[in-house]
Amino acid sequence: MSETLPATGLLAASWLLIALPLAGAAVLLLGGRRTDRWGHLLGTGTVVAAFVLGLACTVQLAGVDGRSVDVDLFTFIQTGSLDVGAGLLFDPLSAVFVLLITGVGALIHVYSIGYMAHDPARRRFFAYLDLFVAAMLLLVLGNSYVALYVGWEGVGLASYLLIAFWYTRPAAATAAKKAFVMNRVGDVGLALAVFVMFAQLGTTSYAGVLGNVGLLAGGTVTALGLLLLLGACGKSGQFPLQAWLPDAMEGPTPVSALIHAATMVTAGVYLIARSAPIFDASPSARTVVLVVGAITLMIGAIAGCAQDDIKKVLAYSTVSQIGYMFLAVGLGPVGYVAGLAHLLTHGFFKAGLFLGAGSVMHGMGDQTDMRRYGGLAGKMKTTFVTFGLGYLALIGFPLLSGYWTKDAIIEAAFDRGGVSGWLLGGVAVLGAGLTAFYMTRLMLLTFFGRPRWDDGVHPHESPGVMTVPMVVLAVGSVAAGFLLVEVFPLADWLAPVFGEPAEAAAHAIPPLLVSVLVSLVVLLGAVVAWLFVGRREVPVTAPARVSPVVRAARHAIYADAVNESLLMRPGMWLTRALVFVDNRGVDGVVNGTAAALGGSSSRLGRAQTGFVRSYALGMLGGAVLVAGALVAVTAG
Amino acid sequence: MSALAAAADTGVQLGTGEAVAFWILAPIAVLGALGMVFSRNAVHSALFLVNTMLALGIFYVVQEAPFLGAVQIIVYTGAIMILFLFVLMLVGRDTSDSVVETLRGQRVAAIVLGVGFAGLVGAGIARATEGTVVRGLDAVQGGSGDAADGNIEAIARLLFTRYLLAFEVTSALLITAAVGAMILAHTEREPGSRQSQKELSRARFLTADHPQTLPGPGVYARANSIAAPGRLPDGTPSVASFSTGIEPQDVDELPPASLGAERAGIPHRGGTDAALGTLDGTGSSREGDPS
Amino acid sequence: MTIANYLVLAAVLFTIGAVGVLVRRNAIVVFMCVELMLNSVNLTLVTFARSTGTLDGQLIAFFVMVVAAAEVVVGLAIIMSIYRTRRSASVDDANLLKY
Repeated sequence: MSETLPATGLLAASWLLIALPLAGAAVLLLGGRRTDRWGHLLGTGTVVAAFVLGLACTVQLAGVDGRSVDVDLFTFIQTGSLDVGAGLLFDPLSAVFVLLITGVGALIHVYSIGYMAHDPARRRFFAYLDLFVAAMLLLVLGNSYVALYVGWEGVGLASYLLIAFWYTRPAAATAAKKAFVMNRVGDVGLALAVFVMFAQLGTTSYAGVLGNVGLLAGGTVTALGLLLLLGACGKSGQFPLQAWLPDAMEGPTPVSALIHAATMVTAGVYLIARSAPIFDASPSARTVVLVVGAITLMIGAIAGCAQDDIKKVLAYSTVSQIGYMFLAVGLGPVGYVAGLAHLLTHGFFKAGLFLGAGSVMHGMGDQTDMRRYGGLAGKMKTTFVTFGLGYLALIGFPLLSGYWTKDAIIEAAFDRGGVSGWLLGGVAVLGAGLTAFYMTRLMLLTFFGRPRWDDGVHPHESPGVMTVPMVVLAVGSVAAGFLLVEVFPLADWLAPVFGEPAEAAAHAIPPLLVSVLVSLVVLLGAVVAWLFVGRREVPVTAPARVSPVVRAARHAIYADAVNESLLMRPGMWLTRALVFVDNRGVDGVVNGTAAALGGSSSRLGRAQTGFVRSYALGMLGGAVLVAGALVAVTAG
Repeated sequence: MSALAAAADTGVQLGTGEAVAFWILAPIAVLGALGMVFSRNAVHSALFLVNTMLALGIFYVVQEAPFLGAVQIIVYTGAIMILFLFVLMLVGRDTSDSVVETLRGQRVAAIVLGVGFAGLVGAGIARATEGTVVRGLDAVQGGSGDAADGNIEAIARLLFTRYLLAFEVTSALLITAAVGAMILAHTEREPGSRQSQKELSRARFLTADHPQTLPGPGVYARANSIAAPGRLPDGTPSVASFSTGIEPQDVDELPPASLGAERAGIPHRGGTDAALGTLDGTGSSREGDPS
Repeated sequence: MTIANYLVLAAVLFTIGAVGVLVRRNAIVVFMCVELMLNSVNLTLVTFARSTGTLDGQLIAFFVMVVAAAEVVVGLAIIMSIYRTRRSASVDDANLLKY
C-alpha cells in the first residue's frame, strides 16, 4: 500500500458522503407522516448530493500524490491497549466504490420515485434506501476493519428491512429472515477475523493490519483469510451461503437492483480486494477463494437456466457473476483489476436489467412469471431496448461492457497455467455459455413470441422518471467496459492500491483466441436457447415431467434441502438437547441455590419480629460483647 | 501552658466535701433512675427523672462545670422535661402501663445483660482509672494562673473558635428539628373541608328536630336552682330542660313578678317572664302562677 | 473517693436507662430512659474533662444536650403522630415492619 496523507480541502469533508444520506434517513424516519409529501425528493436529493460530492472528491484525489488520503474523525473506542479510531480512507479503491454506490444509487432513487409512486409507505422505503447508502458508504470508506464491520452490519440491517419491506407478505418476511440468518453466519466469520486481528496485532486499521501481515504466522494468515472469505461469502451470496440471494428478490425491484445486484452483494469482493495483502500471503486461502468462485459461478448459471421467475433468473445470474469476480480476485494480483472492472460493469448492466424487469412487472401488473409474458417488445419499446443492451452486455457481446471485463477474467484464469488454469478457464467459458443460454431464454420468453398474458393485463410503457435511469444505465452498460479498459484504464487508477499492472508476459492462449472462443460459446448458448424456447410454443405452466438435471436446476441444485438436512435439523436437535440441559441442569443448580437461600432467609427473617425492644435487646447484647472483649484484651 | 504543666505534676485531690456530696446525691440519682423505670405511672416516671437530672446537675457544678450544671437544670429539667409532661398530658390516656411482659424472655434477658454490662464497664473503668491523676480545670478556667477567665468565658472561647463549625452545624440541626417537628405534628386539613358557620347552621336545622340549643335548667324560671325546670314561652315546664342527673323537684321561687323593673318604672316591652303567655305582651293582664 | 466513683455511677445510670428501654412499653417512658442514658454519658464527659484538665469534654457534653433537645422535639412529634393514627403510645403496637 502506498503512503497515506492526511486529508485536505474537499477530501476532509468526505465524511459528508456518509452523513448526507444518514441525515436523510434520520429525517424521514423521525419525521413521520409530515414528510410523506416530499420525503422521496429529500431521499433522492441527499444521494445525488453525495454523488456530486463523491465525484468532486475523486477529481481532487486524482491530483493527490500517492492518491490515498486519511480522514481522521474521532476516537471510537479507547480502552486499555485497544484504541480504535473512527476515520475514513479515501483511496482509488474506495473512490471507485463511492462513485458506483452513489451513482447507481442516485439513478435507482430516481427510478423508485416512479416505481413506488402508488405505495403508501414510499417515505419509509426511501428512508431505508438512504440508510443503506449511508451504511454502504461507511463500509467502503472506513479506514479500519471495525468501521467496515459497522457498515457491514448496517447494510445487512438495511437489506433485511428492505427485503421485508412488504412485511405483510409471508414470503417477504421469511425471505428477509433467511437473508438475515445466512448473513449472520458470514458476519460471525468477519467478526472472528476482526478478533484475530485484535489478538494478534492489537489493531484493526487497514494500515496496521495489512502493513504487518508479514509478522503473522502462516497458519494465522490462512485462518484470517478463510474467516474473511466466510464473511464475504455471506454478504455476496457465494457458495455455500448462496441460497438467500434469490429469495431476497421478494423485496421491491429497485432494492434488488441496488442492493442485491449492484452494490451490497459486491461488498465481499471489496473485502477480499481490500485485504489483498492477506490473501497474497496465503496461497491456500486464495485457492479456496478460487474454488468458491468457480463453484458459485456454475451453481448460479445452472440454476438460472431453469427458473421461471424473471427476478430469480436475474438473481442467479448475479450469484454467478459475483462468482466470476471471486474467481478473478482469487487469481491474485493479475485478477484484482479484472474482478473490480467486472464488478463495475456488472453494477451497470445488472442494475439496468433489474430496473427493466421492474418496468416489465410494472406494466404487467406485478406478474413475475416469464411464462405469462411474451411479445412485449412492441408494447414496451424503451424497456425492450435498454433491457436488450443490458442483456448483450451481460452475455459478453463483442465490444460491449461484459466483453471487456469478462474476457479479461477468462484470460486471467487460463493464464494461471497448468491443470488448474485449464480447469478454471474451462469453467469460466462454460459459465459464459450458460449465461448466454439463460439470458437468451429470458429475452425470448419476455419480449418475443406469442403473448401469454393473463386476462385483464394491459402492458404499457413506464413513465419517464423510470425510463430515464434505465436509459442512463443502458448507456453505461454499453460504454463502461470500453471506457474502463481502454479510455480511463482502471488498472492505472488502482495502481496505488494493487501495484502497477504487470505486463502480460506470456499468455497461455493468445487473447484474441480467447475472445473468439468465448464469442463462439456464447453464440452456441444463444442458439441452443432459441432451439429450446424461441422455436416452439411455450406452455403457460411449467412442465412437470422433466429430466433430473432440469429438476435439480429448478431447485437451485437443492441448496435449500442441503441446508435444511445438514444444518437446520442437527441445529434443532442440538437446540432441543441444550434446552433440556438448560432446564434440568443449569436451572436446577440455579433454582436449587435460590430455593436454599430463600428458605434460610425466610427462617432468618423470623428474627424480624417488628418489636423495637427485641432489636434494642440485640444491640445491648452486642454492646456487652464489645465491652467484654475490651476488658478481656486489656486484662490479658 | 506552664500552669497546665504545673497542674499535671501535682494533680487535684478530691476533697471530703465532695465525697459527702457524692454519697448523698449518688443514691438519690440511682433511686430516681430506678423509680423512673419501675413506676407504672408515666407522670411519676417523669418526676423521678427530674429528680435524677437535678442530682446530675449538682454533680456538674461540683465537678467544676457550673455552666453545664445551670444548663442541665434550666434546659433539661426545666424545658425538656416540661415538654415530656406536655406530651404525656396529650397522649397519656393509658396512664398506667400493664406490668405483664409480652415478649418472652425479654425482661430476664434485659436484666441479665444490664447487670453484665454494668459489671463489665464498671470493672473496666476501675482498672483503667486506677492511679489516674486528676488535673482539675484550674489551669483553663477560674482560679489562679494566666487563664483568669471563668467557666463560661472559657467555654465560650472554645465554642466560638475550635468548635465553631460544630456549633453552626448544630444550629442548623436545631432549626431542621423544629421544622421537622412542626411538619410531623401538623394535621393536614383538606382545603375547603372546613365548614363555615352558615353550613354548620344549615346542617343543624336540616337534621336535628330541635334546632336551637336546649333550654338550660331554670330558664324563664323564677328559681336559680338546677333542679327547677325551664319554662316554655307559654309558661309550661319544658321537659327537655330537665337535668339528666337530678330529679325535678319543687324549689322556692321568686315572687311572681318582675317587681324590680316595675319599681324602676320601666314599662314592659316583652321579654320579661311577666309578659309571657299574655296576648298583648304588656303583662297588664297577668295570669296566675303557671306552675 | 476518686473519679472512678463518678464513672461507675454513670455506668450504673446508663445501664438502668438501657434496661428501662428494654422493659418499658410506653414510648414516652422509653424516651425518658434514652434521655437518662444521654445524661449518664454527659456525666462521664464532664468527669473526664476534669480529669484531663481540658474543657473539651464539657463542650461535647454541651453539644450532646443540644442534640438531645432536637431529638426530643422530633421524637415527641413522632410519638404524637403515631398516637394520632394508632391511638396507642406502646412501642409494641408499632410492629408493622416485620417479616
